[in-house]
Amino acid sequence: MTSLVELMDYDEVVEKYDPVLGLEVHVELHTNTKMFCGCANVFGGEPNTNTCPTCLGLPGSLPVVNGKAVESAIRIGLALNCEIADWCRFARKNYFYPDMPKNFQTSQYDEPIAFNGWLDVTLDDGEVIRVEIERAHMEEDTGKSLHVGGATGRIHGAEHSLLDYNRAGVPLIEIVTKMIPGTGKRAPEVARAYVTALRDLLKALDVSDVRMDQGSLRCDANVSLSPKTTGELGTRTETKNVNSLRSVERAVRFEMTRQAAVLESGGSVTQETRHFDESSGSTSPGRKKETAEDYRYFPEPDLVPIAPSREWVEELRGTLPELPWERRARIQKEWNLTDEVLRDLVNANALDLIIATVEAGAKPDEARSWWVSYLAQQANAKGIELTDLAITPAQVARVVELVNSGALTNKLAREAVNGVLEGEGSPDDVVEKRGLKVVSDDSALEKAVDEALAAQPDVAQKIRDGKIQAAGAIVGAVMKATKGQADAARVREIVVARCS
Amino acid sequence: MTNDLIHATAAELAAKIHSGEVSSVEVTQAHLDRIAATDERVNAFLHVDTEGALAQARKVDEDVKAGKQVGPLAGVPLALKDVMTTEGVPTTVGSKILEGWLPPYDATVTRKLKEAGVVILGKTNMDEFAMGSSTENSAYGPTHNPWDLDRIPGGSGGGSSAALAAHQAPLAIGTDTGGSIRQPGAVTGTVGVKPTYGGVSRYGLVAFSSSLDQAGPCARTVLDAALLHEIIAGYDHMDSTSINAPVPPVVAAAREGLSGDLSGLRIGVVTQFSGEGYQQGVLRSFEAAVSQLKELGAEIADVSCPSFDYALPAYYLIAPSECSSNLARFDAMRYGLRVGDDGTRSTEEVMSLTREAGFGPEVKRRIMIGTYALSSGYYDAYYGSAQKVRTLITQDFAKAFENFDVLISPTTPTTAFKIGERANDPMAMYKADLCTIPANLAGTPAMSVPSGLSDEDGLPVGLQIMAPALQDHRMYRVAAAYEAARGAFGGPSL
Repeated sequence: MTSLVELMDYDEVVEKYDPVLGLEVHVELHTNTKMFCGCANVFGGEPNTNTCPTCLGLPGSLPVVNGKAVESAIRIGLALNCEIADWCRFARKNYFYPDMPKNFQTSQYDEPIAFNGWLDVTLDDGEVIRVEIERAHMEEDTGKSLHVGGATGRIHGAEHSLLDYNRAGVPLIEIVTKMIPGTGKRAPEVARAYVTALRDLLKALDVSDVRMDQGSLRCDANVSLSPKTTGELGTRTETKNVNSLRSVERAVRFEMTRQAAVLESGGSVTQETRHFDESSGSTSPGRKKETAEDYRYFPEPDLVPIAPSREWVEELRGTLPELPWERRARIQKEWNLTDEVLRDLVNANALDLIIATVEAGAKPDEARSWWVSYLAQQANAKGIELTDLAITPAQVARVVELVNSGALTNKLAREAVNGVLEGEGSPDDVVEKRGLKVVSDDSALEKAVDEALAAQPDVAQKIRDGKIQAAGAIVGAVMKATKGQADAARVREIVVARCS
Repeated sequence: MTNDLIHATAAELAAKIHSGEVSSVEVTQAHLDRIAATDERVNAFLHVDTEGALAQARKVDEDVKAGKQVGPLAGVPLALKDVMTTEGVPTTVGSKILEGWLPPYDATVTRKLKEAGVVILGKTNMDEFAMGSSTENSAYGPTHNPWDLDRIPGGSGGGSSAALAAHQAPLAIGTDTGGSIRQPGAVTGTVGVKPTYGGVSRYGLVAFSSSLDQAGPCARTVLDAALLHEIIAGYDHMDSTSINAPVPPVVAAAREGLSGDLSGLRIGVVTQFSGEGYQQGVLRSFEAAVSQLKELGAEIADVSCPSFDYALPAYYLIAPSECSSNLARFDAMRYGLRVGDDGTRSTEEVMSLTREAGFGPEVKRRIMIGTYALSSGYYDAYYGSAQKVRTLITQDFAKAFENFDVLISPTTPTTAFKIGERANDPMAMYKADLCTIPANLAGTPAMSVPSGLSDEDGLPVGLQIMAPALQDHRMYRVAAAYEAARGAFGGPSL
């Protein structure tokens, strides 16, 4: 099906059209309980075990607002430089879908808790773009449908569907940008950078797991093209199922090339919801709707309005942690990093890891060296993100400490790290299990040196003749014999001493 | 003996049970026997929970024997409207769509009743989803008015009021969205109270119109209603609209009222509720009540609340709008009826077939009205305007209560009409709630107390008393004083 879609060359697209973006991000809060009931808010779990009359929408059940979720919503709003409503309400968004227990979603409509904000987004080359935030509002998540049978795993063509309501009622914050025009050929990159910046911000606020792979951070990308000749806004599409940062960029790029091809062939873009396919990198239309969706919003009569006092809002402002961009500026100054180095660290997702490693006791240079070289290579080899390596900053700091104390050589330290990455436990566990110890017993080293000298009598003679640089061969042999656990400098001293 | 037990008031029964003069089991059995003897004709009950009732009665009897402190109505039987969830006991809301559903949880009202030792006899008939004024909209057949079995017992809570009038129970629970407690009370000669909105938890009350629904006590005497009111009322953290304030002292007020002195009390007669469409016998009964209240010392004057004229149309936009959303959950996916699931149909088709088969015509009518009223492009004109009228009505009440302690009117324009008489004329049916709706829209308390019988047809008439929010006790005082002055007015010969 995808092969039938005509695409326009990307350079040609941005020559003829100005892309306009709009990004809607849904964030699942990691509160202890759900938005409107006391059920545990946990990912996964045996289907339909974290449910109660309220989140199952049983007749007679009623919602009660989770105060912690409201608090998180306000903190998110404040961190996004939004105004916080003096008074706002929940509203019902009415539509039928089996994974929605009440067949309406309790959400917010024209009275969001936070509105009119902005987020500064740094692109790969250091350019900063200000993305304006329309609103951030509270709502509840739906359950999950599992469509069984059929080729695509989507509802179309499925034989039957299973429903899991564990996720139903999980608190969500929907963050909607204003239209983002004028990004030109960088639109896909801006989209990714925005979601990345938002993810880092939410992580710093400690309000969500922000795991795109688990759906705790979800992005819907709205894209339209405005012909440069007329400057008129184009028809937008909304692409869903964008499950990684990379997919955000790919989906926007794909839609730009697809829409341009449609327009170029004299067609018009259909306003519709599209579905991103990770494997092909393309989008396809969602289910066709016969009529325009009318959600019949009205104020939720089962809940009372929320009126956060100004005192409370200011108190919450006081709880905002150092935000990612503030932290970066501070670190750059403290560690005396150039813009370029800082940007590389940020782009490699290494900065937070390095900071955490420093906080755990390592020096900035030591921490940086581990993360940007050896660990970056390991992540690269495994094809995963640096942040997904199975080693913690604290463990890296411990390895550094072991090296500094002389307990490990650099080579042994790398082996210790390998052990941690392979799940053998903490650095100390690995040192213990693998027997990684610097051989510092001189008598053992002397024995090894003598054996090496005996094995290579001509080399031994050269050293005795004053050619000290020949000692390298003997040191190498000893290091090999001790499996790298000897201190090479000490070995050299012994070699020289034995030959003098 | 049995005859005494079913004719006694709840307060009398409680006193006898608590003193050990009779057992709760005896009292409960007497009422179960009465139900068995009469309900084939009345059809007040959808489900009689004989075992559950007797088990609760035995428990109260044991507690009394053991000398334990029991609640003021412990051991007294009660009829519960089938709109309240009862764990493991069928809850149909008078609809086919919930036939066979066994709720996994108790409504807060149900829980409070159980904790107070009240004996729940069973679940009473009602208009489907509480939509109606005659109980003819029940999917399980109409309830008959014990005063005249060819007539309606009011609605939606016709089962609860008929059970009281038929002496099948001395106490009942109703819910009042537009008059569903008061209008059945009026036409069956019983007392029905709609407390202040938020006074009684709605948790477990299967919603019709969330911003209007309010559960309340039904009884044959004002004091009994007050005793029940205090048991079911109070703040509930499970209901966000529940009021976090002390329960109004309604029992004390009812006892105070029995002294018969209303000197200095200012009563306003709402002028909007008379004239065309009001039955002469109802108006004469109301006039007689006004005279009696004057004799008790009350100062009475007319008061105009002009916005009340728009209450009915506003109600018939707000209530259907909310119901269209509240009833969306009945979709065959999780509980209740499922039609057409033969493996060939889509989810949407099964939902649609189930709702087609499971909802009755009045429910469908209101879902359609509400869906329309909330639609984009119509919202402001319908739902939006109705909310403005609601504000005006609230303001009219506020203004009237500046000069009056309580307001009064007939509860209904007419006495009980014949079954089938208005079945095909929704507008005529809706007018039965003309006088009761304003209090729902304003969230203020209101009650109906019998004002005797209409002189033209010998059928019961109700006097409505309305009070400001959280002043529920004021109307109990007036009602109790009036009730004592009025005296007995006979009962149905069933």
